[in-house]
Amino acid sequence: METLGAFSLLLALSLAAYAFLASVIGGWKKKPFLVESARRAVYGVFLLLTAASAILVSALLASDFRYAYVAERSNRAMPALYKFAAWWGGQEGSLLLWSWMLSLYSAIVVWTNRTKHRTLMPWVMAVLMFTQTFFCILNVFVEPPFQMLAVGRGVTSVADGNGLNPLLQYWLMALHPPALYLGFVGFVVPFAFAFASLLTKQPGEAWIATTRRWSLITWGFLSIGIMLGQGWAYAVLGWGGYWAWDPVENASLLPWITATAFLHSVMMQEKKGMMKVWNMVLVSATFFLCIFGTFLTRSGVVSSVHAFAQSSLGAWFVGFLAIGISITTFLILRRLDYLKSEAPLESVLSRESSFLFNNLLLLASCFAVLWGTLFPVLTEWLMGEKITVGPPFFNKVNIPIGLALLFLTGVGPLIAWRRSSWESLKRAFRWPVLGMALTMAVLLAFGVRHFYALMSFGLCAFVAVTVVMEFYKGARAIAAKNRMNFLRATVELTHRNTRRYGGYLVHMGIVLMFIGYTGSAFNKDTTEEVKIGTHFRIGAYELHVKEVTDGSNPNYAWQRAVIGVYRNGQYLGDLRPERRVYMASQQPTSEVAIRRRLNEDLYLNFASMSQSDPQAAVIQAYVFPLVSWIWIGFYVLLFGTIVCLIPSKVKYAYAKTQVVGVYEREPEPVP
Amino acid sequence: MKTYIRFGLLVTAILGTLAWLAASGIRESKTYYRTISELKSMPPSEAGKRVRVTGDVVPGSIRREGGAVRFQICEKDRGVTLNVVYTGKDPLPDTFRDEAQAMADGKMGPDGTFHASSIAAKCPSKYEAAPGKAAPQPLNPAPSRSSL
Repeated sequence: METLGAFSLLLALSLAAYAFLASVIGGWKKKPFLVESARRAVYGVFLLLTAASAILVSALLASDFRYAYVAERSNRAMPALYKFAAWWGGQEGSLLLWSWMLSLYSAIVVWTNRTKHRTLMPWVMAVLMFTQTFFCILNVFVEPPFQMLAVGRGVTSVADGNGLNPLLQYWLMALHPPALYLGFVGFVVPFAFAFASLLTKQPGEAWIATTRRWSLITWGFLSIGIMLGQGWAYAVLGWGGYWAWDPVENASLLPWITATAFLHSVMMQEKKGMMKVWNMVLVSATFFLCIFGTFLTRSGVVSSVHAFAQSSLGAWFVGFLAIGISITTFLILRRLDYLKSEAPLESVLSRESSFLFNNLLLLASCFAVLWGTLFPVLTEWLMGEKITVGPPFFNKVNIPIGLALLFLTGVGPLIAWRRSSWESLKRAFRWPVLGMALTMAVLLAFGVRHFYALMSFGLCAFVAVTVVMEFYKGARAIAAKNRMNFLRATVELTHRNTRRYGGYLVHMGIVLMFIGYTGSAFNKDTTEEVKIGTHFRIGAYELHVKEVTDGSNPNYAWQRAVIGVYRNGQYLGDLRPERRVYMASQQPTSEVAIRRRLNEDLYLNFASMSQSDPQAAVIQAYVFPLVSWIWIGFYVLLFGTIVCLIPSKVKYAYAKTQVVGVYEREPEPVP
Repeated sequence: MKTYIRFGLLVTAILGTLAWLAASGIRESKTYYRTISELKSMPPSEAGKRVRVTGDVVPGSIRREGGAVRFQICEKDRGVTLNVVYTGKDPLPDTFRDEAQAMADGKMGPDGTFHASSIAAKCPSKYEAAPGKAAPQPLNPAPSRSSL
């Protein structure tokens, strides 16, 4: 089987390379048969990589420890879910997953566009298959997953494997990498279309219309991936943080930021024909940042707690990035004439301007994060000394940017295109500003003095009021006209223009997440050495350490503290934080216990037994106000993204030089 | 034209503020990479610098004293050890234990002890797992890997 697996990979590489060459030559010399053969090769690559992945996964599920990969990443006692998840638990397997997902996306793109975009598709395929060839080279030559354990020339096997890193044996973590990769890999598609349309000098915005759903879906997956990572960090790492500005975290944030900027600025191009160069730059930047993120995570260039081991991958990625970025830059510069803006900027007080500043801020944030992440590398180059910067740097820059973006989230939808008068602004923003002032006054009255927290809560109220007003105005008009009840009218309104109202829902999700993030300004924590049978306090809670029990199962041994939670003398239930030692890896982990509530989480970590007193446990207790709203906001964001993807009921035809289908356009505001 | 000048001013103001914030953020949190031996021979002029130092946790050296955790790290080949005291409030990572590779951020104290405010740790490589542990059949007497 392993021979078959390695052979499929080799064949996939050859086919991908062939598909690349065939589509380039076919597109260039206008040879439809070559393009057609490239198309079939794309399906072939997908089938071969599926076969290779299936072989690796079945080896993992069957615990076939002749495979070096299986022996390193899996063990018999692991539940089947984690055996499956070990597919992406290590370098070789996760690169195979990358490749496989790329081939899946490519096959879908080629299939759904098989009768469309005759001139564009060869070049789209060329970009996809160039990337695919690169990853197949990594699969075949640099990080081959099908290596066997051998003694001399005979294949051997071990009785049991090392097991997946226990920290990763958590359901959120099992799903985090595939979701993130679906996002990372997905941006190759909008990039491929943009690149192809630039290369073939396509008039119009066909590539934007075609890839709008792709961009949104992949952005959604990237968001899911990042949030799963945050949820995992919060629930597993034991200190209750969800973001630490680690290079690997930053790697996933960078393309998310540029993608968010892209999703906004394409609207400018669709409606006004502006910012064309900019959009090209953004979509390319997003794609290359995805590759860069993969590189950063795997090459060991920047030291990180959760990076993969050092490896020789780096040079390959640098090569790919250098080639890709140079070609793209060259192409954009050569095609500047085709990317002229069709309308000028007329006023600082306009929707256009709000988009512009939204982009400026997002890019500034992206640049700052990139700068901070690469700071050690840069200083080593320039000054010969490695210097790193920590969370204070990232927070200092990004908190004001975040708040300014939040402000624009509220302003953007209410401000008029082209130019706004102060009068109309006053009218539009009366209620939101009132909401903001009221919120801040109430908070001040309750003794909140934290500046950023006040601003953040105020702006959250500001944006929330604008969003609610938009829904209310629209729905009221529909309800009056069609004699519907208000709720149905809201659904009807959303359905008529899913893109607009879905977008508002996404904004609402962001507001809720900001509320959650702001809660962290009021965190409390304490570390106590407590004798069994005694108690300690944190915030309003009284915590009784009742007993410490222990036991084991085939996968791990555990020690568990049973802690009764009381508030104002009222019993609220038991929490059971746990310490585990995994058998296969001998790695200890802590399983925190969390009492999740909408106002605050009580979070307990069983650090260890005391070294001086065998009858005492060291317990770390935290209170995290409002943290649940991050996850709630995320679900709202996800719901909004899905709404955006539903086709609108009312279709607005858009005059185009090239008909690529019909797509919806934002209607004039409902009277 | 007037519009563009306004835009220019606004953009400059925003970027200027951000650059200023970034510069102060860097000043506050910049941390130098030092090896243990470099720390030992550090000139007193550098005493106030924030430093990141990496080393392997000396087995048996981890001691908890109240809120603080004391341990030693050593450089693999040279046998230089460094006393570290950690007083940060975040719990130590699960991977932090004997022989783990620890990365400590903090400042050198006048007493020759390193005062760490944060600790990150990587577990020792699987192939170096200490013998005698309950780990069922570690790949220890490593059968050599061969590619197909």
